[in-house]
Amino acid sequence: MPDTPPASDLSTLPEAETAPRSRWRPQLVWLVPLVAALIGGWLAMKSILEQGPVIGIVFKNAEGLEAGKTKVKYKDVDIGLVTAVTLSKDLRQVEATAELVKDFQPHLVEDTRFWLVTPRISGGSVSGLGTVLSGAFIGVDVGKSSRAQRTFTALEVPPLIQIDTPGREFALHSADLGSLAMGSPVFFRRLQVGQVVGYQLDENGRGVSLKIFVNAPYDRFVTDNTRFWNASGIDVKLGAGGIEVDTQSLASLLLGGVAFETPEEAVALPAAAPDTRFELFADRTRALRNPERDVLKMVLLFDESLRGLEVGAPVDFQGIALGEVSAIRVELDPVSRRIIMPVEMNLYPQRLRLRSKEKDQPPLSDEARKRFLDDMVATGLRAQLRSGNLLTGQLYVGLDFFPRAATARIQWDSDPPQLPTTVGSLGELQASLQRVAGKLEKLPLEQIGADLRQTLQTTSRLLHRLDTQVAPEVVATLGEARKAVDTAQGMMADDEPLQQDTREAIRELGRTAKSLRALADYLERHPEALLWGKKRNQQ
Amino acid sequence: MKDPASTARWHLATCHGCGLLSRAGTGHAARCPRCGTPLHARKPESIARTWALIVAAAILYVPANLLPIMETSSLFGAQNDTIMSGVVYLWVSGSWHLALVVFIASIVVPMAKLIALVILVLSVQLRARWQPVQRTRLYRLVELVGRWSMLDVYVVTLLVALVQLEALATIRPGPGALAFGAVVVLTMFAAMSFDPRLIWDSMEKNDA
Ligand SMILES: [Zn+2]
Repeated sequence: MPDTPPASDLSTLPEAETAPRSRWRPQLVWLVPLVAALIGGWLAMKSILEQGPVIGIVFKNAEGLEAGKTKVKYKDVDIGLVTAVTLSKDLRQVEATAELVKDFQPHLVEDTRFWLVTPRISGGSVSGLGTVLSGAFIGVDVGKSSRAQRTFTALEVPPLIQIDTPGREFALHSADLGSLAMGSPVFFRRLQVGQVVGYQLDENGRGVSLKIFVNAPYDRFVTDNTRFWNASGIDVKLGAGGIEVDTQSLASLLLGGVAFETPEEAVALPAAAPDTRFELFADRTRALRNPERDVLKMVLLFDESLRGLEVGAPVDFQGIALGEVSAIRVELDPVSRRIIMPVEMNLYPQRLRLRSKEKDQPPLSDEARKRFLDDMVATGLRAQLRSGNLLTGQLYVGLDFFPRAATARIQWDSDPPQLPTTVGSLGELQASLQRVAGKLEKLPLEQIGADLRQTLQTTSRLLHRLDTQVAPEVVATLGEARKAVDTAQGMMADDEPLQQDTREAIRELGRTAKSLRALADYLERHPEALLWGKKRNQQ
Repeated sequence: MKDPASTARWHLATCHGCGLLSRAGTGHAARCPRCGTPLHARKPESIARTWALIVAAAILYVPANLLPIMETSSLFGAQNDTIMSGVVYLWVSGSWHLALVVFIASIVVPMAKLIALVILVLSVQLRARWQPVQRTRLYRLVELVGRWSMLDVYVVTLLVALVQLEALATIRPGPGALAFGAVVVLTMFAAMSFDPRLIWDSMEKNDA
């Protein structure tokens, strides 16, 4: 150890105190990286645990989608963010990748639905107005399935009904869609209780199947006996009470709509199961028509035009609808080689009986019914085509008694049995016209003609005689007459001597009168002239 | 070698509390006779402590850079920003000089500090005799930079304090900010716990 400082220098320095050294000194400082590791690990764990599920949503186009901005919302709560928007490999679609919050993971199942919420005006309502400011977002409806899924196809339009909305869905079957559309209202006693949530053409193309959703608690009014009908548009009825306009609501005018009603006696029935199929009738009347179990099919043959008669036209018995026309066919009768048009009808004999006093009549046996009908026809029951509406020319079948009708009977052997008919009201008019024509025909026109000719001949002869015998004499007489007239005229003419003489005479007379007046004047002034004569210079 | 003697060589120690120079002897658990402060010839367990702090800082450096340091939510959406995404945003939006400042202050400097500390500690541990003056200068630099590499934390703190418009926009510090602050503090402690005299000790002992 060189350069040792002088001991005296060092000895002046105080000696440090010694303290007992603790036996074990843990390297406490290593706790710091341990804590750091723990914190780091915790942060890493946290961010990994907080990392929500990443899903893919396939859209038709990327309109309104923006990576890092477009949110995913469920019930207006942010549950995620679109992180990337990419084109599919075939360029047909757009796939948006979205990161959702962790809590949403269990809800990513098969029937979870996604759609883009943008301002939308449809079905008479405006939705998504808030997105004008905040930009579009992706809406979610959580499914009920238990099968997890990570890639979804976005819906074209937002679903009308959220999966968790209480209520039930029913299926309707209709011949056509009419004016119904997605969102068309469903009415119950003119109260909107649901809407049309879907429709599709039947696979065989013969009809349309509609899906409607009836909100709770109204869905319990739908029982197995409930009748649905198309309440679209205005139903104008021209009845005995005047014009009756019927519409469910203004909205149904624009959007169409479905209405339902449950017959009184069926209200107590338990509610129908979800997805029960119902028939969608064209109008309320048809929908509420009682289902008839006792149907008697009969056929009618008319000898007149069936224009205006439609399938469904009522069969009326003295004001009571007893049935309806079920088919109108055209057939060629091979025997008579005539075209016949059999009109088939469904008769509901029960309706007559329902109006009888005894309520619990046992149904008539077939034999009894046959006899009954035969009796009716024997007393004159006939079917007749009648005009239901003079404006539209619609026809219906009337059953009535025509006591004077030619005897006829029901042909039970034809299938279906054939009821005798009589000409209809229009046919009657035709018939009476024919009767008039027949009477006209019977008039003795030839006889009349012959008589007329004879008369004419007589007249002709008379005229001939007038011509040949009477006329010449008349001419001669007229000639004489003319001569007489001419003579008279001649005498009266100006240059006739008689006339001249008369004029001369009158003139002479005038002059004479003048001379007389002059003489009178002169005598007045010169009365002496009478005595002494006229003086020469007195002029 | 005409090397000036160090206190350690003479078993002398200066009291940290009152500055009294005393003979510490060879015993480790010496105390100042005047004020009772424990006396050390060198900072005790300097290497181990520095190592520990470096390791801790290095561990937290990862989340500091990966986790968001700022969570912004405004009318136009929520956003989580990491340091790097901020740099990228600044760069892309044209403020390349700001991007550079943030990048250097928040990513390069803490990293460089860690590397410098590792070099210093390793060189002392391996009793390297290489460039002691330069290494001491490096140490001074590390100490100097110290707390100034917290730019991002300052920015976040300021923004959090300023932007609390509730309905319109809110900014919250993210977990990354915590980690980032920890890295800065830990590197500062690491620099503090490193005893630069050790650089010269190895020079002396090799002499002997
Ligand atoms: Zn002291």
